[in-house]
Amino acid sequence: MTTQTVARFEVCLTRMLDAEGQAIGALPDFAGDVEQLRKMYRLMVTTRAFDKKAVALQRTGQLGTYAACLGQEAIGTAIGFALKPEDIFVPAYREYAAQFARGVPMKNILLYWGGDERGMNYEAEPARHDFPLSVPIATHIPHAIGVAYAIKLKREPRVVLASCGDGATSKGDFYEAISSAKVWNLPIVFVVSNNQWAISMPRARQTGAQTIAQKAFAGGMPGEQVDGNDILATRFVLERAIERARAGEGPSLVEAITYRLHDHTTADDARRYRSEEEVKAAWERCPLKRFKAWLENSSYWSATDEEALQAEATAQAEQTAQEFLASPPDAPEAIFEHLYANLPKALAWQREEVRARGPVGEHG
Amino acid sequence: MANLAIIEAINLALKSEMARDPNVVVLGEDIGRNGGVFRATVGLLDEFGGERVIDTPLAETLVAAMAIGLSTQGIRPVAEIQFSGFFYPCVDQIVNHATRMRNRTRGRLSCPLVIRAPNGGGIHAPEHHSESLETTFAQMPGLRVVCPSSPARAYGLLLAAIRDPDPVIFLEPTRCYRLFKQPVDDNGEALPLDECFIEREGTDITLVSWGAMMHDTRLAADQLAEEGINAEVIDVATLKPLDMDTILASVAKTGRCVIIQEAPRAGGWASEIAANLAEHGLMSLFAPVMRVSGYDTIMPLARSERVYIPDTERVLKEVRKVFEVAPKS
Repeated sequence: MTTQTVARFEVCLTRMLDAEGQAIGALPDFAGDVEQLRKMYRLMVTTRAFDKKAVALQRTGQLGTYAACLGQEAIGTAIGFALKPEDIFVPAYREYAAQFARGVPMKNILLYWGGDERGMNYEAEPARHDFPLSVPIATHIPHAIGVAYAIKLKREPRVVLASCGDGATSKGDFYEAISSAKVWNLPIVFVVSNNQWAISMPRARQTGAQTIAQKAFAGGMPGEQVDGNDILATRFVLERAIERARAGEGPSLVEAITYRLHDHTTADDARRYRSEEEVKAAWERCPLKRFKAWLENSSYWSATDEEALQAEATAQAEQTAQEFLASPPDAPEAIFEHLYANLPKALAWQREEVRARGPVGEHG
Repeated sequence: MANLAIIEAINLALKSEMARDPNVVVLGEDIGRNGGVFRATVGLLDEFGGERVIDTPLAETLVAAMAIGLSTQGIRPVAEIQFSGFFYPCVDQIVNHATRMRNRTRGRLSCPLVIRAPNGGGIHAPEHHSESLETTFAQMPGLRVVCPSSPARAYGLLLAAIRDPDPVIFLEPTRCYRLFKQPVDDNGEALPLDECFIEREGTDITLVSWGAMMHDTRLAADQLAEEGINAEVIDVATLKPLDMDTILASVAKTGRCVIIQEAPRAGGWASEIAANLAEHGLMSLFAPVMRVSGYDTIMPLARSERVYIPDTERVLKEVRKVFEVAPKS
C-alpha cells in the first residue's frame, strides 16, 4: 500500500488594525490617500446613522421588517470601494454601505423594506446594472455564475462580486456556485460576511468545518479569511481578489469575519439565544471605533470632524426618512406594469378591474 | 422543406436561432459532445463551439440560476433539463427570481430565458422521468408555459420562446419526440405565443388538450368523425397566459367540451379551463364540461404507466358521457 499527500491547503487570516486601532505591520497604498480614507469612514458613519433611523422607523410602525447592518459596515464599505464602476454587485441584504457607495439612494432601501418594489429600481450608475438585494438565502449566489459567464462571452474586463452570510454557506445553491465557478475560471469574488449568527443558529452549528474560507478549496479556488471589522484589511483583501479575477486568474472566496450586533431583523429578539456578555464583547471590536481610532492616531481625523460628520449623518438619515414617509405608494395597477414586458391579453381585465377600483389599503 | 420529428424540429429551431442571433446560447447537462440525452442539441457544439454550447456540471439549480444570470446581461439562454422529475430543484430559482426579476426591479433587469424539458410519461423510463409539470409552472405569475404538440409547432413556438422578452418554460412531449414526422420549413418564422391553435374545425364538440395528449385527442377526433361526430380540436400550446377567447368561441359554437390532460386531476390546468368555461361559457353549454386526466397518484413506474396515462379510450368515454346528456340533434 502507498498513501501519499495529493493536495494541501491552508487558510490565512489578514488583519491590519488591532482592536485599539493600532496598525499591525505594513499598510496598503490606499492607506496613504487621506481623502479616500475620510470618504470610507464617512460612508461607515452615514450607513450606521441610516441603519439606526431605519430601526427607529420600524419600532414606531413607519417601516416594515428591516434587517440591520449594525456592526457590519466595514464589509459593505470595503466592497463599495474595492469594486470598479463597471463591475457587477450581486448582494444579499445587509450590504447597504456597498449599495450606497454604488449610487443606491438611501431612500430606496427604506422603500424596499417599507413594501415598495420601486426601492429596487436603482437608477444611478453603477448601481443601475447591479442586482437588487435578495432575501431567499443563497439563491442569488449562482446568478453570479451566469453573469460572469456573460462577461467572459463578451470579453469584458469586469468582475462579479456576490455576497452572502455564514448561514447561506449551508445551502446547496452556495455549493453549486462554488463548485462550478472555477470550471469556467470565471471572474467572481464570493464574499461571505460571517457575522456568527444565522438568526438563532451560531456559526459552529452551521457546519463542522473549521472555517468557511476552506469551502473555496472544494471548488478549486483560493479561499481566505479577513477581519471583516478591519476596513483596511477587508478592502485590501477584496481588491486583491477582484483584480486577480479581472486579470483572468479566476474566482476567489473571502470569508470576512464580523459580528451581527443587532437582532437578525426587527422581527427578531436575539436575547432569546445569545448572551449579553457576548454582544458586549463584540462591541469592543466595532469596525467604526477601530477605524476612527486609527484615523485619529494618524491625525487624519479630529474631534471636530467627528462632531460635524455625526450631525451630518443624523440629518441625512432624518431627511431620507422624511422623503420616504412623504412618498405616496405606487398606483394600484402598477402591480401589472412590470409583470411581463407587455401585459398578456389574458390579464388585461385584471388590470382594468384594479384600475377601476382605485386606491385600497395603504393607497387609501 | 424537411420532414422532421418533434425532436428534430427542436434541434432545427435551436440551430436556426443560434445562427441568426449570436446572443443565443444553450446550456445544460450532457448537451454538448453528447448532444443531449434525447439528442435535441446534437450538432450544436460542432457548429457553434463550446462557449455557446455550455455543458454544465450536474447541478439543476445551477442550470436555472446560470440562465437567470446570463439573461440579465443580454444573453438569450436556452437551458435544458434532462427529465421532468429533475426540474424541481429549479423551481426555487424560477419562482423566486426568474418570474419576478422584471417586476421587483420595476423593469431594470429582466430574464428573457427558456428552460426546456421533456414532459410526461410513456417511454418506459426510470422513476422521476415521467412527471407532468405544466400546472406547477402555469400557476406562477410572470411566466410563460408552452407545450408544443407537433414538429411544426415545436419549431415555431421554440423560436417565439427564445425571442420572447420574458421567461418561458418549454415542456416537450417526451413520448411524441419521434412519434411522427411532418414537413417543417426552416423559415425562421415564430408562431404566436399566448394563442391556442384550432387544429381541426368541428361543430359538435370541442376537444381541448396540449402536449403529448394531443396525439390521443387527434385519434379520438378521428374515431368520432367515423361515427358522424364533428369534433373541433384545440391545441392550447401556450398554457400560461391562457387564451380563453379561442376556447370560449369554440364552445359557443359546439356547446360541448372535454379537456384532456396527462397531469394529475386536482388543480390541473384542465380545471382552470373548466372553471373559466363555467364562469364565461355556461350559457352556451348543453352538457357539463368533462375532464380526462391522469389520476391523483404518484406517477407509476414503467409497468403501470399506461394505467395512469389517459388514452384514446378514456377520451372517448368522457365524450360519450357528454353526448348522453346532450345528444346530437
